Amino acid sequence: MYKYILKRLLMMIPVLLGVTFIVFFIMALSPGDPAAMILGDQASAEALEMKREELGLNDPILIRYGNYIIDMLHGDLGVSYKNSLDVWEQVWERFPNTTILAIAGILVALVIGIPTGIISAKKQYTLIDNVAMIVSLIGVAMPNFWFGLLVVIIFSLHLGWLPSQGMGEGLVPLLQSLVLPALTLGTGSAAMITRMTRSSMLEVIRQDYISTARAKGLSERIITYRHMMRNAMIPIITAVGLQFGTLLGGAMLTETVFSWPGLGRLMVDSIKSKDIPLVLGSVIFLAIMFSVVNLIVDIIYAFVDPRIKSEYKKG
Amino acid sequence: MKELLKVKDLVIHYQTDDGLVEALNGVSLSIGEGETLGLVGETGAGKTTLAKGIMRLIPNPPGKIKEGEIFYDGKDLLALGDIEMQDIRGGHISMIFQDPMTSLNPVMTVGDQIMEVIQKHNNISKQEAYQKAGEMLELVGIVKERANDYPHQFSGGMKQRVIIAIALACNPKLLIADEPTTALDVTIQAQVLEMINRLKKKLNTSMLLITHDLGVVAQNCDHVAIIYAGEIVEYGDLQQVFKNTQHPYTEGLFGSIPSLAANVKRLQPVEGLMPDPTDLPEGCKFHTRCKYVQDICKKNVPPLIDIGEGHLVRCVRCQKQ
Ligand SMILES: Nc1ncnc2c1ncn2[C@@H]1O[C@H](COP(=O)(O)OP(=O)(O)O)[C@@H](O)[C@H]1O
Ligand SMILES: [Mg+2]
Repeated sequence: MYKYILKRLLMMIPVLLGVTFIVFFIMALSPGDPAAMILGDQASAEALEMKREELGLNDPILIRYGNYIIDMLHGDLGVSYKNSLDVWEQVWERFPNTTILAIAGILVALVIGIPTGIISAKKQYTLIDNVAMIVSLIGVAMPNFWFGLLVVIIFSLHLGWLPSQGMGEGLVPLLQSLVLPALTLGTGSAAMITRMTRSSMLEVIRQDYISTARAKGLSERIITYRHMMRNAMIPIITAVGLQFGTLLGGAMLTETVFSWPGLGRLMVDSIKSKDIPLVLGSVIFLAIMFSVVNLIVDIIYAFVDPRIKSEYKKG
Repeated sequence: MKELLKVKDLVIHYQTDDGLVEALNGVSLSIGEGETLGLVGETGAGKTTLAKGIMRLIPNPPGKIKEGEIFYDGKDLLALGDIEMQDIRGGHISMIFQDPMTSLNPVMTVGDQIMEVIQKHNNISKQEAYQKAGEMLELVGIVKERANDYPHQFSGGMKQRVIIAIALACNPKLLIADEPTTALDVTIQAQVLEMINRLKKKLNTSMLLITHDLGVVAQNCDHVAIIYAGEIVEYGDLQQVFKNTQHPYTEGLFGSIPSLAANVKRLQPVEGLMPDPTDLPEGCKFHTRCKYVQDICKKNVPPLIDIGEGHLVRCVRCQKQ
C-alpha cells in the first residue's frame, strides 16, 4: 500500500511538468505585453524595455521555461508581476476559501444526488424516476453562472434572505454567504452524481448476489444498504472524487459571479492582467490538488473494494 | 411420507419489449419430507423461473405469478405477507443459484455472508453467529480461519461450497439447488454434488434439484419431473421415468446419453430448437420436434395423465392406451 502511494506521488512529477509546459507556452505566446500592463499605457519605450529586461522577457522562451522550472524545483514560484507579492503566499491564502466552497458544493451534490439516484434506480421507469431524470438532465445542461444569477435574483434581490457577494466573516455570516455559491456549484454536480448513482445501482440490482441476499430472507432495507449500496458506491466514489477535483479548480465562474475570494477568481484576474507567475502558480497548485484528490479516491477504493486492496498489495 | 411442498398449476409470465414470455404454464409438483425431486429440461424451459417462483423471487416487473398455488408445510406461500415470506426464505426454504462465481457479494467476507443469514433467523449474539459460521465452513470442507477472506480469494468450487454453507446454515427443510454444478469444472462437479447429498441426508432436508444432467438425477433423486416449454411432460419416480420412459421428449433425452454413468452436459438432445416462449405453438408444445407427431397434436394440448401409480405423461399416445 505505501509503495503504491509513493509510486503515485512520483507519478505526479511528469504530470506537473506537462501542465506547466503547456500553460507556460500558452501564456508566453499569447498577445499582450506584461511590461505594458505593469507600467500602464503612459510608460516610455525605454522604461518598457528596461522592465522587460528586468523580468527576463527578452531571453529565448526555452531558457525562460528552464529557469522557471529550476526555480520551481527549489520551491520558488516567483513573485507577481503586478504587485511583487510572493506567488506561493497569494495562492496559499486563497486556498482555504476555495476548499470551503468546494466542500460545501460537494456536500450539496451528495445530499441531493445519492438519495435521488438510489430512489430513481429502485423505482425505475416510474413517475418519480422520470421526473428525477428530466430534472437532472436540466441540471447537467444548465450553465453554472446562469443558475448562479438566477438564485441571486430570487434569494438576494427579491427575497433578500441571503447575501450575494463576497465571503462573510465569523461563522454565521460565513455560512450565510456560502449558501448561494454552494448551491450553484453543487447542483451541476448533484445532477451528475444522481445519474451516476442511478446507473450504478441499476447495474448492481441485477446481480446474482442480490438474489442470494433476497434468498436469505433479508429485509429490503438491509439488502439496499448492506448489499446494493456498498457495491454501487465503488464507481460513485470515482465520480465524486472527479467532481470534487473539478470543483476545486472549476469554481472560477461561480467565484466570479459571487465575488468569492478563491483561487478561481485569483486565476481569472491574473490571466486578465497577464500575470504569468501568478497564473502558473495557481495552475500548478490546482494540478497538485487534483492529483492528491485522485490519490485519496484510489486509497478509499481499497477500503471499499477488497479486490482492489489485493491488487495494491501485490504491487 | 409427509408432503412438504406442493405446487399447483403455477403460471408465470414475463412482460418484455419483445412480447409476453410464457415461461411457466401450469406446473404442478410435490415433494415429500426428506425426498429429492429432480427437475430436468433444456435451457429456457422455465426451471429457474419455477425455482424463483417458489421462493417468490420473480423480479416484478417484468415477471408475474399469474395463477396457481404454492403450499409449504400446509402454508399458502402466495398468501403470505412480505415479512412472513422473509422468515421462510433462508430459514425454511433455501436456494442455491446457478453461478457460484457471481452469487457471493464481492465486498463482504464469506464469514459475514454466512453470519448474516444465521443472525436473521436465529436470535443469537454476533459471537455465537460467527462461531456457527465457522462450523458451517468446516462442514463444507473449508477451514474456519478462511471466514475472514473475500470471495475473490476462493476458487469456483470453493465458492459453491460457501454458498452451500449459506443455504444450509439455518437448517432449512427444503433446499432448491438450481444447476449447482453446471458452472463448475467437471472434476469438481461430482465432489460438490456428493457433498450436497451427504449434508442433505444428514440434516434430513428435502431437495428440488435442477439439472441438465440425467446422470446426476439417477444418482441423487427419488422422483423426476421433465419440463418442456414451461410444462411438465413426464413425472414419476426414478424407475418409472428411467425404465418405462413414455414421453417422446424424455426418450430423446435418454437417446442422447450413452450410459447413465457418463457425465453429459448441456447437450442438445433432441433435434430442433425449443419454441420461442413469446410465440408458443398451438396444441402440444413439443409437436414441432416430435418424431411421432400426428394431426391431433397440432390442435389440442394433451392433458397430463396418470398411466399408473403416479407416473404422469403429457402425450396423446398414452391417452389411447
Ligand atoms: N427476468 C426475465 N425477464 C424476461 N424474461 C425472462 C426473465 N427470466 C427468464 N425469462 C425467460 O423465461 C424463460 C424461462 O427462463 P428460465 O426460467 O431461466 O429457464 P431455465 O432456467 O430452464 O433455463 C426464458 O425464455 C427466459 O428468456
Ligand atoms: Mg436456469
